[in-house]
Amino acid sequence: MRRKEIFVLADRCMGCHSCELACATAHTSDRNLHAAVLRGERPFAYLWVDRFGTQNLPTVCRHCLKAPCVEACPTGAMHKRPDTTTVCDHSQCIGCWMCTFACPFGACSRGDGQVLKCDRACLDEEGVPACVRACPTGALLWMTVEEFAAERRKPKRRAAAVAG
Amino acid sequence: MVTKCQVSLDPAVCEMYEKARRLGVETAWDRYQAMLPQCGFGETGLCCRHCLQGPCRIDPFGNGPKRGICGVDADVMVARGLDRAIAAGSSGHSGHARHLAHTLKKAIAGVAPDYRIKDRAKLHAVAKRMGIPTENRSDEEIALDIANAALADFGERETPSLWASRVLPEVRQKRLAEQHLLPHGIDYEIADIMHRTHYGADADPVNLLTAGLRCAMGDLAGCYMGTDLSDILFGTPRPVATEANLGVLKADAVNVAVHGHNPVLSEVIVAMAREMEQEARAAGATGINVVGICCTGNEVMMRHGIPAATHSVSQEMALITGAVDVVVVDYQCIMPSIVNVAECMGTTVVTTQEITKIPGAVHVPFREETATEDARKILRLAIENFTRRQGRPVDIPNHKYPVVAGFSVEAIVRALSKLNPEDPLQPLIDQIAAGNIRGVCLFAGCNNIKVPQDQNFIAIARRLLKENVLVVSTGCGAGALMRHGFMDPAKVDEFCGDGLKSVLYAIGEANGLGGPLPPTLHLGSCVDNSRAVALAAAVAEKLGVDMDKLPVVASAAEAMAEKAVAIGAWAVTLGLPTHVGVTMPVTGGPLVTKVLTEKVREITGGYFIVETDPEAAAKKLLAAIDERRAALGLSVPGGVRA
Repeated sequence: MRRKEIFVLADRCMGCHSCELACATAHTSDRNLHAAVLRGERPFAYLWVDRFGTQNLPTVCRHCLKAPCVEACPTGAMHKRPDTTTVCDHSQCIGCWMCTFACPFGACSRGDGQVLKCDRACLDEEGVPACVRACPTGALLWMTVEEFAAERRKPKRRAAAVAG
Repeated sequence: MVTKCQVSLDPAVCEMYEKARRLGVETAWDRYQAMLPQCGFGETGLCCRHCLQGPCRIDPFGNGPKRGICGVDADVMVARGLDRAIAAGSSGHSGHARHLAHTLKKAIAGVAPDYRIKDRAKLHAVAKRMGIPTENRSDEEIALDIANAALADFGERETPSLWASRVLPEVRQKRLAEQHLLPHGIDYEIADIMHRTHYGADADPVNLLTAGLRCAMGDLAGCYMGTDLSDILFGTPRPVATEANLGVLKADAVNVAVHGHNPVLSEVIVAMAREMEQEARAAGATGINVVGICCTGNEVMMRHGIPAATHSVSQEMALITGAVDVVVVDYQCIMPSIVNVAECMGTTVVTTQEITKIPGAVHVPFREETATEDARKILRLAIENFTRRQGRPVDIPNHKYPVVAGFSVEAIVRALSKLNPEDPLQPLIDQIAAGNIRGVCLFAGCNNIKVPQDQNFIAIARRLLKENVLVVSTGCGAGALMRHGFMDPAKVDEFCGDGLKSVLYAIGEANGLGGPLPPTLHLGSCVDNSRAVALAAAVAEKLGVDMDKLPVVASAAEAMAEKAVAIGAWAVTLGLPTHVGVTMPVTGGPLVTKVLTEKVREITGGYFIVETDPEAAAKKLLAAIDERRAALGLSVPGGVRA
């Protein structure tokens, strides 16, 4: 089966930031929110919910097939895994932020001195990303391109997208 | 039928859960799945909606916002949230008590002829405790003073609320007074919490927690008052043999489930059901079978031996049987969804109280002045429903356990007096000193959907009983234990360690029971947590020590309601190590978490133990008991641990 992607239906986003918290929690040592907080772990979220006017917009790495961040990285730290996800090898990252510069979405930011971006290291036992699982309104969808395109072709959704 | 499932340890519940799934009837467990994952900000207490600028959310990991818009930090935010939960819980228990105080006044005034002073001994005992004169006075005069004193405990007072102070040993009263932890009016403290947690008021997390504990002591006042007034009006419970679990429903009887909390309603339903037996028989039934759900079930169980159908999170399952003709409710812990289940299963839900109406239910306003008339109306609905139900198959799970319930402190003392008539508490103290009773654990609180129903209660109780800990229980914690045989005297040999076994047999035999007391003692409903306080206070007074020295612990192993939060908070204020088996929404505040689990000990002697793993929780409770035994110079099994 083709790889699934995270699709964003921004009109459904209520700006609750649950995706961010779930992402950060998925990047703790035992994926346990309370335990991690009590231990003092300080993981980052790898996606961002911003507000533009009245529009909430979650931004997460698109894992572009022809990834500008990979092309721009001078050390090879940013690279493609065999499954085509884009990840950063932090041992090679020199913190030059060329990836941030190259990314058209603003999906590469800074954590503890190193690049911070979605690494898909958050999938649950069913293979669903933590942010998608946490979204209470279905603003984040986990679908193949074909599935999402088929959804978009449905008249109701298309009208909404055009109007949106 | 499937008798094992993911959602509950109770085989009867599992059978009905499977049936609900088969029929496509939505249950709390379906709604829980739909709710997952739950919001992490809410889970950690880091979402504030106290003003219209919010909601504000603080990042528990410290990378996002560190303060709310007004500037509150994480500790203030979680302390404010906790305080409001305590205030809400306190309003529930004390609202229940106020209802009883008004009922008592109406009874005395002669406008509520179905209520009367039933227990004179309790009336006089309460009057004596509260400093109300009794000599050459009629019961009515004394009762009126008690009712007025109860109502005067709500508003702002110059002296501490009577039911939060006079019920404690003097040494504890003094200590709490010094720490500003005695409430000056139940309603006053609740309003004070609402004030100080309003935008731009208290921003000192420790000060907020102090106020929260003081408000929780107001909750104790409400609970204690609830117990006292119920005993006066309906009698102080004595041990009674009955049964628990869905197997108590009868296919050929009119099944009426009383659900909620206050005996003001359920007592009259029970009495009228007996009077209307003939009417039920005329309709083709074998009689009227009143069963209990949740705490009002506990109330009528311990006073009349009414069997318990089920409790808390599985309340919908009683209706899934298809055998319940009417569920009559008052207030608190009534899931509004029972109306939807009722519609599917042919049950009628009857609401009775102005503060708890549910669309889809039949509302019969229940007034104390017209109690029997109102009860008759409700029971007629049940008989009519039974007539409609005839011929339809029902599924009553073949699961129930014998239960011996109704251990009020008075009943416990009476049982102990058979061992030592002059000094009934001495045998208990001797057995604790000898180690046959290693300590006492109060199981309280609810079921919580986040825990497979009863799992924590049963696992911890099994371990503690084997370790000779005397287990007393209330509310839906008691419900969990009774549905699994933990109140069946025949189970003592299976569940209890040798020391505890010998004590339960000795008391049982001295009382002519021909066998032991049940493995765990049923103290009653959730307001009856006051009975545990009364027992602990009596033992502490006799020993001449403060309550925080006793080898007594508490566990709300599957806590759910805000009332449970309030109870937990006053248990800690009274000096008890208090286990909570679910994560509380305070973990986002590191200082608050530390205060509640450690620092508060310097002030009250009690502290919270938050532990979601029941085996680990049992170990921690045992360690807390042993620590106190060692401090009292008592033997500790396996020697004192460093």
